[in-house]
Amino acid sequence: MRVVFKTSYDKDIDLHPDWWDRGKIAALLVLMALLPFLVGEYYLAEATNTLIWALAGMGLMVLVGHSGQVSLGHAAFMAIGAYVDAGLMTAGVPWIIAFPLAGLAAGCFGALVAIPAVRMSGIYLAIATLALFVIVEEMIIILEPLTGGVGGMFAPSIMLFGIDFDRYASLSNFYWLVLVVVSLVTWAYANLLRSPTGRSFLAVRDSEVSARALGINVTRTKAVVFGLSCGVTGLAGALMGHFISFFNYELFSIFISINLLLVVTIGGLGFIQGAFFGAILITAVPQMIAILRDGLNATVGIDLGSVPGLDTLIFAVILVGFIIYEPTGLYGRWLKMRAYVQLFPLARRDMFRRQKTYLKTERMR
Amino acid sequence: MEIIQLLIGGVASGCIYGLVALGFVLIYKASEGVNFAQGDMMMLGAFVALGLVNSEYWALPFIPGILLACFIMGGVGYGIDRFVVRRIFGQPQFALVILTIALGFVLRFVAGAIWGFTPLVLETPFAGQSVRFGGLVLGYEDVITIVVTAVLTLALWAFFSRTKLGLAAQAASQNQMAAYIVGVPVRRINSMIWGLSGIVATVAGVLYAAKGAIDPNIGLLGIKAFAAAVIGGFGSLPGALLGGLLIGVVEPVAARYLPSGFSQMSPYVLMLIVLTTRPGGLFAQIHAKKV
Amino acid sequence: MSLLQVTDLAVHFGGVKAVDGVSFDVEEGEVFSIIGPNGAGKSTIFNLISRLYEPTRGSILFNGEELSNRPAHAVADLGIARTFQNIELFDHSTVLDNLLMGRHGHRATNWVQDLLFLPKVRTEERAHRQKVEEVMEFLELEAYRDKMIAGLPYGVRKVVEIGRALAMGPKLILLDEPASGLSVEESQDVAFWIEDMRRDMGLSVLMVEHDMRLVTQVSDRVLAVANGRSLALGSAAEVQNDPEVQAAYLGSDSFLAAEEGVA
Repeated sequence: MRVVFKTSYDKDIDLHPDWWDRGKIAALLVLMALLPFLVGEYYLAEATNTLIWALAGMGLMVLVGHSGQVSLGHAAFMAIGAYVDAGLMTAGVPWIIAFPLAGLAAGCFGALVAIPAVRMSGIYLAIATLALFVIVEEMIIILEPLTGGVGGMFAPSIMLFGIDFDRYASLSNFYWLVLVVVSLVTWAYANLLRSPTGRSFLAVRDSEVSARALGINVTRTKAVVFGLSCGVTGLAGALMGHFISFFNYELFSIFISINLLLVVTIGGLGFIQGAFFGAILITAVPQMIAILRDGLNATVGIDLGSVPGLDTLIFAVILVGFIIYEPTGLYGRWLKMRAYVQLFPLARRDMFRRQKTYLKTERMR
Repeated sequence: MEIIQLLIGGVASGCIYGLVALGFVLIYKASEGVNFAQGDMMMLGAFVALGLVNSEYWALPFIPGILLACFIMGGVGYGIDRFVVRRIFGQPQFALVILTIALGFVLRFVAGAIWGFTPLVLETPFAGQSVRFGGLVLGYEDVITIVVTAVLTLALWAFFSRTKLGLAAQAASQNQMAAYIVGVPVRRINSMIWGLSGIVATVAGVLYAAKGAIDPNIGLLGIKAFAAAVIGGFGSLPGALLGGLLIGVVEPVAARYLPSGFSQMSPYVLMLIVLTTRPGGLFAQIHAKKV
Repeated sequence: MSLLQVTDLAVHFGGVKAVDGVSFDVEEGEVFSIIGPNGAGKSTIFNLISRLYEPTRGSILFNGEELSNRPAHAVADLGIARTFQNIELFDHSTVLDNLLMGRHGHRATNWVQDLLFLPKVRTEERAHRQKVEEVMEFLELEAYRDKMIAGLPYGVRKVVEIGRALAMGPKLILLDEPASGLSVEESQDVAFWIEDMRRDMGLSVLMVEHDMRLVTQVSDRVLAVANGRSLALGSAAEVQNDPEVQAAYLGSDSFLAAEEGVA
């Protein structure tokens, strides 16, 4: 087991305590950057999709994992991002301006919503965001001149400095673009967690009373979290719009919100890595189901394709399994396995035993 | 006259929202969390009733068939708590939210696998009949919906305020640990409440099915019932019913007098208005934590 | 002028008069204790000062500034820190992070700067850590620096909470039952720390405590309250010998009445 010997405060403040850890991240980035040369078109598209989901997942993670507020309406913010981005580009605004504006629009809308929402807690907030989602969905249909209504709208292809980033014509370029956006957001997210702002999020999550006693403006903090979360989700929505190319309101259905919740919970609440683990799972499982289905059909002759809704069932069962047996998610499981290997043979079963909170009641807050 | 007709129709559909909302409140009282599968339990209840009563399936007589459906769904509710929800006892509410969303998917799959995804109609002995009352024409099913809801609400109220079991359930919902210490079998009571909410969901499902065709996706009605429960303030049985009635009435009125599209959002707009003015709902039960 | 001036403070919850016209003041550099039976309204006074409750009447002046006009989070900016009776720490963070959260009022960067982690943020972080390390050294918490709160024993958590309050760099610290649930040795430590806070850091301390030994040992003045009213004010010995205070603690119906009140 490696032990980092801390000789200055900077060791604690730095994102990675030593060059070994920095090297691992650099290697991962290089691998990701080289991916277009390593895999075919189909898997590159899947990788792009996974990255977009991870981006949206990070958006929700900061809200659910770091400030303890549940949103069931994040698909609405993805939709806002996608429509603002596509709308501005249709109007002739270049992507480099339209994209940040899309995030800003979703973020501002989120922060605005947060002002009444911060007075609510837990379940009330979850349901309020769900209601917000329904309202946004209906608004998209009503605002047909701007959004194309039920017919949908087309996300123009991205041109930057004369280079084409079209999702079909030059997928590698689009993939790199998404990778850059995701890397930047991940870096900013990691920065946030080591700074006073990130700590104030945790404070609000764990105890609002004592956050107040420490001088943290709870309302303002929650509005900032909401804004950041919705902004990042909006960016993901904009990229999703480009990835799908032609979309209408149905792309951002309630199931997207639920899938996002899956990403953060299965991935591991409260960890940036969790968003990535979750995104990988959520994009890989349908593929695996498809492969399995084709395999069964070819070898045993069982046609699972005739059973409707089988993938949602499998998702649901995985989810139930995680909630019951591994509430810390994939990343939590990963940490445990790593600790087990590092401490071998000294690891004990109850090292990660959870403390149950029987008296935690929502009626008191 | 037209507006009264509209209102009565609204009250009848409001009763169904109210009943689903009652199910939410029951489970909120027991497990301190929202059962996002309540709408799907209603859906499954309707299908079980349909499977027992309709002539192409079991063709039982109507009343015994419905009672049996209630019994079965009570068992399903009990079982869900006993074998799934109880395992996460003590975890944060968020876990329950995710868990019940997933359970909803499972229930929907089960219903789809057994009864298919094409809409089916429940055969009721009172289909298509109506009563005349003054100048009003009331559908039989609307009248029955209102009466059944009133009776069921009274029964639930009596259960919680008059019976020993109901009082124990209330105690358990207010402070699990304290109730446990004074000898209330908290876990078993929680399971029973889940069973009870399964029964209420079935009644709601049957009443819903009496008005039109059902398919495995009608559980999404649960979202509207959330709005009802929230407006009433989670944790308040009369509040849930009132919230349901409000939504039931607002929807047709908005559809009649506002441009199209707005009636779909009206329940949620109403809910957001209530939440921003009174964050705990009309009958708030949230108190500040004592430090 | 006194550091903290509480005049005719009252709060009523419905018909319950939790605090009903209490007046006292805390001088600069003083250790002031509030004692009283359960439900006398001691913690409620703290909650009124930290603006968790809205007073029905009365005023609270800190350094001549009225607290009632400020929101709860603005009280800390004036230099008032507090601990809680039932420990309100951030359970899923380390001891270090908990103490750093105490530095929130001194942050000089906003969230945009934090997102980009500009050099200024790093400079600030270093300064915060230096201050926090000083507090940890003072309270001998170094061994627990990177441990999660959720896994720490009760006594240590209690100390971490004091540490978090000290990290705020306050002028006045409110300690809500700092010794409850602690062993004799641990509460002796608390007594020494309170002495040091006053002597070395120049802090004023307002404390609610049941442990009369601790109260006698550290307090300059003691206020006894019961049923939301003040009974006696003076040195620890004077208050302990006050017949009304003795009646409130030992028998008579006022004690039973107090039991029914609000904590």
